[in-house]
Amino acid sequence: MGRRVLITGLGTFWGSRVAQALEADPGVDVIVGLDRKEPTVPLERTEYVRSDESYSILARIVKAARIDTIVHTFLVVDSTQMKSRTIHEINVIGTMNLFAAASAPGSTVRNVVVKSSTLVYGAHPKDPVWFSEEARRAQAPKAMVERSLLEVEGYVRDFAVDNPHVNVALLRFSNVLGPDITTPLAKALELPVVPSVFGYDPRFQFVHEADVVRAILFVLAGRVQGIYNVAGDGLLPWSEVAAICGKRTFPLPPFGMGLLSAPLASLGIVDLPPELLDLLRHGRGVDNRRLKKVGFEYHYTSAGTVADFVEALRIRPIVGASETAYQYERDVEQFFRHSPAVIRDSD
Amino acid sequence: MATAPGPRPKPKPKKAPATAAGRATKTRVRVPKVAPVGRSTSVALVPVPKSETPPDLADPRRSDVDEWGRSEHTREIARQVYGPLYRTWHRVEWEGLDNIPTEGGALLVSNHAGAIPSDAPAIMHGIETELGRPVYGLADEMFKRMPVVGTMWSRVGGVLAHPDNAYRLLREQEQLALVFPEGTKGTGKTYGERYQLRRFGRGGFVQIAMRAGVPVVPIAVVGSEEAMPMLWKSPQLAKLLGIPYLPITANMLALGPLAGMLPFPAKIKIRVLDPVRFDVEPDQPRYSRSLIMDTSERIRQQIQEALYDMLRQRESVWFG
Repeated sequence: MGRRVLITGLGTFWGSRVAQALEADPGVDVIVGLDRKEPTVPLERTEYVRSDESYSILARIVKAARIDTIVHTFLVVDSTQMKSRTIHEINVIGTMNLFAAASAPGSTVRNVVVKSSTLVYGAHPKDPVWFSEEARRAQAPKAMVERSLLEVEGYVRDFAVDNPHVNVALLRFSNVLGPDITTPLAKALELPVVPSVFGYDPRFQFVHEADVVRAILFVLAGRVQGIYNVAGDGLLPWSEVAAICGKRTFPLPPFGMGLLSAPLASLGIVDLPPELLDLLRHGRGVDNRRLKKVGFEYHYTSAGTVADFVEALRIRPIVGASETAYQYERDVEQFFRHSPAVIRDSD
Repeated sequence: MATAPGPRPKPKPKKAPATAAGRATKTRVRVPKVAPVGRSTSVALVPVPKSETPPDLADPRRSDVDEWGRSEHTREIARQVYGPLYRTWHRVEWEGLDNIPTEGGALLVSNHAGAIPSDAPAIMHGIETELGRPVYGLADEMFKRMPVVGTMWSRVGGVLAHPDNAYRLLREQEQLALVFPEGTKGTGKTYGERYQLRRFGRGGFVQIAMRAGVPVVPIAVVGSEEAMPMLWKSPQLAKLLGIPYLPITANMLALGPLAGMLPFPAKIKIRVLDPVRFDVEPDQPRYSRSLIMDTSERIRQQIQEALYDMLRQRESVWFG
């Protein structure tokens, strides 16, 4: 019997990418995708279920579809996208309900992959140059998104302790860049001048969006368990990141940015949430060797990731965004999946 | 809340279960039957974007800033600027330079003095020019906090004194790291307390050298106390500004607050003592506290005695 996979956050970049890749895997029988929004990419056989993060729906789906693998990609790490209350609902409450559903009596769930972020380490002058997976953060988190991700990781840990028969993999992704994904850092690098903080030139680490998807699929396929940092090799100064982008940095004052960032955001110039301001001051490096040790190979270094992002940025005005516009039509999708009129290759 | 280690800190390298191997008839999936070793085989069981591994990852770096933030280019400029100060101002003289290993990691441990200490640049400059080996200076996070200063400090080889940083530098990269266990207690001494070594922290430097399996090389520096003697300090003002001490130095009185940053041309003499090697296994999570404290105290004593010896031999503060 093949695997029966539940993907949370099907409408997000990661959820849809993982679903697309899993559809091509004959070892996967069923893919169920949850989200509040419709998927934004064409999918062949993934079943989309519009749902919120409430417990009763999740428990019923897990039970009814006999889900054995959960890919939890529906975690917001970009605090510029929504209100902090929504982030709390999605990250903390959603994860709590998901794991409550997965640990219900008679649950068939045996594998869980959670996509977290290296934001959980924070960015502080007392930080080591490289965070290992066991490293503790220097200071209690002030940024709301960091707090919520730490709570999420708490639920993941509890679930793993209570369910020793389940393979739980917690992946902490570094700053993601790539041709298609939009992140606050990507937006900052797309500006005519790249914002920096005066007097600071911290070192940054990046991971390519393709390596992110590959890492999720890697731990899924290998049933890897444990906590892993996912980040490209190498650290490069922010000024060098800007240089690779062919841009100059624009130094913001080192003090009072807490006050300045709100008007900058509301004017639509650049949105620098507190966790990003910390990063622009102190940077962050994470040790990526544990995931390499279990066999994962990166295709991009940190500098290579930036270069690939820049290349995509350069050709975007010429060829347009590589993601073609796709509109989810519920009835059409249902027809293709379930109508007897459609002749499906059954093997 | 801290990011405590997860439930299963030791992941078992489970590789490529061959579940899909038998049933896949016409499929794009390549399923490696054996656990893939090396970089030629892709481990992914499912088709992933760009699954062929490039032979060598492109790493289009533009600057020479290394993972620690040190730039050899900036360091070269710093050496050129500092060179005249080193040669003609302080006329730095070394003794026992061959005690510093020419290869392999070593933790250099020295006394620390002067409101703006002259010992750190003298030691780093000397070893880099004489031995051609980079020296990473381990320092308090205070430097990293400050704009401009923090960046410059990091570019010329300053690294936060964090056990993980020291371990990676010494054990994995076999570099030279310089540490001042007295910290700001050493530089915060007033002139009346010159050459009286302060407590050597909590012996963390011994523990890190033991874990990294590298020798400790004790270094005694004479002259940095007189290069910038602190006459008076204001604990209240320092506290207000959030810095370890706010000094009034003789240099400030003589030259004014800005030119007072310039050290007096005291003769600097550096004596490198015999390396201290440890008879313990590296990579242990913990070492005997008493062994650490005994060793730390012994090294402190050695440096203190060397300082007294050098001061006895010294005839002039300015000419050595």
